[in-house]
Amino acid sequence: MQPDTTRPAPEAMLSVRGLKKVYQTDGGDIEAVRNLTFDLRAGELACLVGPSGSGKTTLLKCISGLMAPTEGEVLLDGKRVSGPPKKMAVVFQEYGRSLFPWMRVRDNVELPLKNQGVPKAERDRLVDEALEAVGLAHVPRSYPWQLSGGMQQRVAIARAIAYQPEVLLMDEPFAAVDAQTRADLEDLIRTVWKKLGVTVLFVTHDIDESVYLGERVIILSSSPTVVQEDIVIDLPDERDQLETRSLPRFTELRHHVYEQIQLAKKGHRPAAATS
Amino acid sequence: MSSVTSDARASGGPVPGAGRGRRPGRGLPVQRLLGVAGILGFLATWELIPRLGIINERFLPPASEVIAALALDFGLTAFWVSVGETMKAWFLGLIIAVSLAVLLGFIIGSSSFLRKATNSTVEFLRPIPSVALIPLAVLLFGVKIESSLMLITYAAFWQVLIQVLYGVADVDMVASNTARTYGLGWMARIRYVVFPTALPYLMTGIRLAATVALVLAITAELVIGSPGLGREIALAQSGGAISGMYALVLATGLIGVLINVLMRFIEKKTLSWHSSVRSEVVV
Amino acid sequence: MKALKTLAYVLALPALLVLAWWASTLGSVNFFVPTPAALVEKFGEVWFGPRFFSDVLPSIARLLIGVVAAIVIGVVGGVLIGSVAWLRALLEPTLEFFRAIPPPVLVPVLILLMGITDSMKIAVIISGCVWPVLLNTIEGVRAVDGVLSDSAHTYGIDGWARVRYLVLPSASPQILAGVRQSLSLGLILMVISEMFASSSGLGFTIVQFQRSFAIPEMWSGIVVLGLLGVAMSFIFQWAERNILRWYHGQKEVENAA
Repeated sequence: MQPDTTRPAPEAMLSVRGLKKVYQTDGGDIEAVRNLTFDLRAGELACLVGPSGSGKTTLLKCISGLMAPTEGEVLLDGKRVSGPPKKMAVVFQEYGRSLFPWMRVRDNVELPLKNQGVPKAERDRLVDEALEAVGLAHVPRSYPWQLSGGMQQRVAIARAIAYQPEVLLMDEPFAAVDAQTRADLEDLIRTVWKKLGVTVLFVTHDIDESVYLGERVIILSSSPTVVQEDIVIDLPDERDQLETRSLPRFTELRHHVYEQIQLAKKGHRPAAATS
Repeated sequence: MSSVTSDARASGGPVPGAGRGRRPGRGLPVQRLLGVAGILGFLATWELIPRLGIINERFLPPASEVIAALALDFGLTAFWVSVGETMKAWFLGLIIAVSLAVLLGFIIGSSSFLRKATNSTVEFLRPIPSVALIPLAVLLFGVKIESSLMLITYAAFWQVLIQVLYGVADVDMVASNTARTYGLGWMARIRYVVFPTALPYLMTGIRLAATVALVLAITAELVIGSPGLGREIALAQSGGAISGMYALVLATGLIGVLINVLMRFIEKKTLSWHSSVRSEVVV
Repeated sequence: MKALKTLAYVLALPALLVLAWWASTLGSVNFFVPTPAALVEKFGEVWFGPRFFSDVLPSIARLLIGVVAAIVIGVVGGVLIGSVAWLRALLEPTLEFFRAIPPPVLVPVLILLMGITDSMKIAVIISGCVWPVLLNTIEGVRAVDGVLSDSAHTYGIDGWARVRYLVLPSASPQILAGVRQSLSLGLILMVISEMFASSSGLGFTIVQFQRSFAIPEMWSGIVVLGLLGVAMSFIFQWAERNILRWYHGQKEVENAA
């Protein structure tokens, strides 16, 4: 299959073009992602949902430059991604394994900046702001493993914020925290996104979460993956865990996404890969 | 760097994240072939160093010559007698050390008073290098096998004792109390509760002790001159039988490998029923 | 009160043992076992004189040089081999064989290659101590967590920064387990290299005492070696506790859960 050659929209910050990923194994080749094409505008918050095993993580690894796609390409601000780009930060699901256990919270947040050669004063300011933003200004001397799961994920988010990325990728970041913490963290992401104007691609398997968080939801088909549907979430910009979730429109959208996922699970595929 | 990491990940399986870790099947034969290539490469390098005169052949004979000497040894009764002497000292020393350590370990371990009272003494005696006892062994036993046994036992004893103490301390209090409420006596509790818990630790201790015991057996033969491979190595060196000496060094390495393989095998066999709870204390 | 109790636990058994020793030497004169008083007297007399500078210090210096060199070689080599998959597959069986060779047999080999010199003694210590550190480092480097590695990668922590901030700390528990084995091995090799062929050093001196039947002096030498072993073990434990504070803390949290 030819990669999609349509030009990315000029204002696109992140652009995925005809992405395909095939794993070579003993039992033959396995096509995890067939043909994915979509764009994210600068400053957009988009959620990516799909049935389990739909290649979400594969896609994210290709976007973040951790893995090379078999075909197609990822463009960040018009430039092709060939390794982890500087303008991008990733928050992983496994908070317990993404922070350095031998460093205190503050050092964890500071390390990427130090490695970039950011001057000390600037660094301190960025780290303080980031910790403040995620509500962790009071624990900089703790080690990550001394904190609860939700707080560890806050540290990981603080590290991403302090890095000042233009694109923030989140790989099911709240899948392993309890429900209440999860609601808090969802609101935190909305706040941070608005404050920083960063482009966010949020991968999740939780339909409610995707509708609540996103301006837009991209639904993936089952593997080999293509875009099943790309819908705009026309909910009011101010979101609230109670009010937004009880809006009739929220229910409609949730219903729609749910149906699409069910279809995807049954193996239904769109006629052509939409963009 | 990036190509290595992404390759490793690409072979991680079709479901990323789930397929982390080493995959069975492909890769293994390739790895094994590479390992064989590594050994052949080492032998070739060894062959070339004296042949090219980088090191004089009188001090480092080529690999082929040493391997030929080893093959020759394999046909000699005297060689096997030496191996037998070394293995006898190794085995007896190990048995004595394990028996003593198990007995003391279970007694000390099952009483918190004894554990606390002996802790300082154990921590003090354990780091004493067993070779410090060489003069004493010579004085008491001369070149007899008892010299080797004394050194081997002392060194191996601590390896096992420490592991047994950890193992006994690891016993689940709930299980122990349950056993007590059902009226199991002291012996029965040891047999059905303490021993099964401590067994993985004990096996680790024995495996470590087996390696240490070989080192000390060879040391005693080398330094004191009790019969065995170590003494033969010293004799070959002073007698100028250089290829013979290197052949014997290779032989000790082979014995070391065999002991490792054997110990891992025994460990696997005895612990097959609860491989999930296997644990090892780094001490 | 609690401190007093702890102190009693620490001192009671050693005190009892010394007392038993003293009592057993009280009546008859045993040729092999000196009285505690005689041992203490000889200890000071023998080791706190010129011998301290001519035998004890040089031995300790060789031990330190050898062990430190072995650790450096082992860690550097281990990081290198552990980071490159094909290199590891190529070398591992050969390295396992070298580890399986009982290190004392290297003494006659190195005497042959290098003669009876100080550098030979250091080489013996290095070539015996390097294997536990090397193989443990390889294992530790191999076991670096995938997610952590990805995290570092996405934040542009590569090359030397990756080794310094990710690989070395992550492998440090295994590396230190290797160092611990190397320390006790190093002490053994130091003594053997001096006993086997030498004219100075702790090992040589102790064997001399034994050959001349200077029994209390010989015992005092054994005590020196023992103290050296104990001192090394305590220093190591202290260092390990500090370096791996995060590791032990994390384990505790995991076990409590």
